[in-house]
Amino acid sequence: MSTRLASRFAALKREGRAGLVAYVMASDPDHETCFEILRGLPAAGADVIELGFPFSDPMADGPSIQKAALRALKAGGSLKQTLDLARRFRETDRDTPLILMGYANPIESMGYEAFAKAMAASGADGVIIVDLPPEEDAPLRATFPSSGLSIIRLATPTTDDGRLTKVLDGASGFLYYVSVAGVTGANAATSAQVRAAVERLKRATDLPIAVGFGVREPEAARAIAVNADAVVVGSAFVDEITAGPAPQAVERVLRKVAQLSEAVRSARELEGTPA
Amino acid sequence: MDVRRNWQDLPDAEGRFGPYGGRFVAETLMPLVLDLERAYRAAQTDPAFAATMQDFWTHYVGRPSPLYFAERLTDHHGGAKIYFKRDELNHTGAHKINNCLGQVLLALRMGKTRIIAETGAGQHGVATATVCARLGLPCVVFMGATDIERQKPNVFRMKLLGAEVRPVTSGAATLKDAMNEALRDWVTNVADTFYCIGTAAGPHPYPEMVRDFQSVIGREAREQILEREGRLPDAVMACIGGGSNAIGLFHPFIADENVRLIGVEAAGRGIDDRFEHSAAINGGRPGVLHGNRTYLLQNEDGQILEGHSISAGLDYPGVGPEHSYLADIGRAQYLSATDTEALEAFKLCAKLEGILPALEPSHALARVGDVAREIGKDGLLIMNLCGRGDKDVFTVADALGVKL
Repeated sequence: MSTRLASRFAALKREGRAGLVAYVMASDPDHETCFEILRGLPAAGADVIELGFPFSDPMADGPSIQKAALRALKAGGSLKQTLDLARRFRETDRDTPLILMGYANPIESMGYEAFAKAMAASGADGVIIVDLPPEEDAPLRATFPSSGLSIIRLATPTTDDGRLTKVLDGASGFLYYVSVAGVTGANAATSAQVRAAVERLKRATDLPIAVGFGVREPEAARAIAVNADAVVVGSAFVDEITAGPAPQAVERVLRKVAQLSEAVRSARELEGTPA
Repeated sequence: MDVRRNWQDLPDAEGRFGPYGGRFVAETLMPLVLDLERAYRAAQTDPAFAATMQDFWTHYVGRPSPLYFAERLTDHHGGAKIYFKRDELNHTGAHKINNCLGQVLLALRMGKTRIIAETGAGQHGVATATVCARLGLPCVVFMGATDIERQKPNVFRMKLLGAEVRPVTSGAATLKDAMNEALRDWVTNVADTFYCIGTAAGPHPYPEMVRDFQSVIGREAREQILEREGRLPDAVMACIGGGSNAIGLFHPFIADENVRLIGVEAAGRGIDDRFEHSAAINGGRPGVLHGNRTYLLQNEDGQILEGHSISAGLDYPGVGPEHSYLADIGRAQYLSATDTEALEAFKLCAKLEGILPALEPSHALARVGDVAREIGKDGLLIMNLCGRGDKDVFTVADALGVKL
């Protein structure tokens, strides 16, 4: 597994707090603006970066990320451009783990081996492929371990115990818990539901648990950060791109990241009980 | 060529037809497609399920559909005898209802209380809405906003049948986006909803299940031609969008090595790098979309392209995975016909046979003469006339520059 991911989650554990995984879409709204956002993410409080690569048919995404993908494609975004942004980011930051997230077809198109090589060369640490369940990710598993890259698997409210064993077999980096059955950015689960789910997952694996889907506001993020190892926020950041005048897009996104990061960092202090 | 020995075993346990097919879905949906597969296996071996299907086929759909000798078209082309399998005479006017009946009956068995479907031209939407009305289930049909504008009569039909037609404005607002939106609905309503997919594509077990439900076409055709001519045909032909009518016709003939299987894709304005066509096999390359690996129209980055066809029912950037496999191993042959050729064939069929074919099978009709002549005078050919053309009169009038 990626050493950067392992050290980051170890550090979070030492600090006794959850981390913020911040999702942005590559090339949204254009390459350079996206690069400025990426470069500013660690200082704004992102502990892990998820960089989406655009796909024409994002079947698991809600309207926010669908629109982001369209903006990115319109700006000339592609898997290659995404890898280039990852590489440029890595030149500015040696420590913050960066995960790529997207759909299978751009990778199929590039070829799994070529993709693994390009990823390793770019300094990215792992990948989440939404429509590549364990039954279908053999080509990735064949190329990834030798590159030191993590395959991040997803667990969901529909994942029963038998299924969870299958999901965990071959998972690395962290486990991404999709907290609601639905698309990204839609309704959020209640904090009680999420807590119970995280506890169940922790009994099944030593991998850190990151919780995402539907987390938009500091309150929700804070509630999850009490017992999850990380909180994933995407749609709320992506929405900031078009929430005001274009020249202030970077500032708006980073301000939102700082706001969510503050909520995640302070969650356990307020709660008064370590997870 | 193992398919000829083992064709009944495909797909394999992972839902693969060679490298194609599979279950490329979000983790949330994995337990659902696995559950669906279990439910389908149980239904397959339940005589009561088969009996219910048969009863609906006979008394509601009007099966078996006739096998009709198209005598004047045969004379016109001067080659093999051309037979039409008349699935356009089914209730709702196309082959789509064969599959909808099977899936919605399965949904009832599974205790699902809500049906969703995607539709492009509206034929699958109408068929699903029809079956849902008959079986008393609420039905939501996702349809691209662009298609809603192009297919107003079918939209109204669906509403009359009690379905809710939900306009899809994401992406290019056509069939593939409607399918994306249906998948988004399914992933959100996992407990009560059954997704009734309209073609032999999607995650396993859909390609197999839809094929099996549509195979009634080929089974009947095989029996009918044996009874009529005392031998198997030299070729069977059908148009290919997702390819459900074609796989339904082909499948009972796959093991008959001497029967040529011929699919006809929509070449739109020509198969070239402008991608103004819907010929996934002839003009695309393998990739992953909507739950399966198959031939797709895509750019060099793997982004899916829109394609084009005068026939809304063929206007889809992919094709069912079994067709991709049959193409690769050479068991089936995939030709194509342009918009213009399909229109000419539409007119010819109307004039010579007194049948208005849908624009979809008009693509197969456009190649039927070539194939009939190639086979020669003593030959036999069956073409699936999978839909009637009433729905297309506005499109055809428009293409011919006639104002109605």
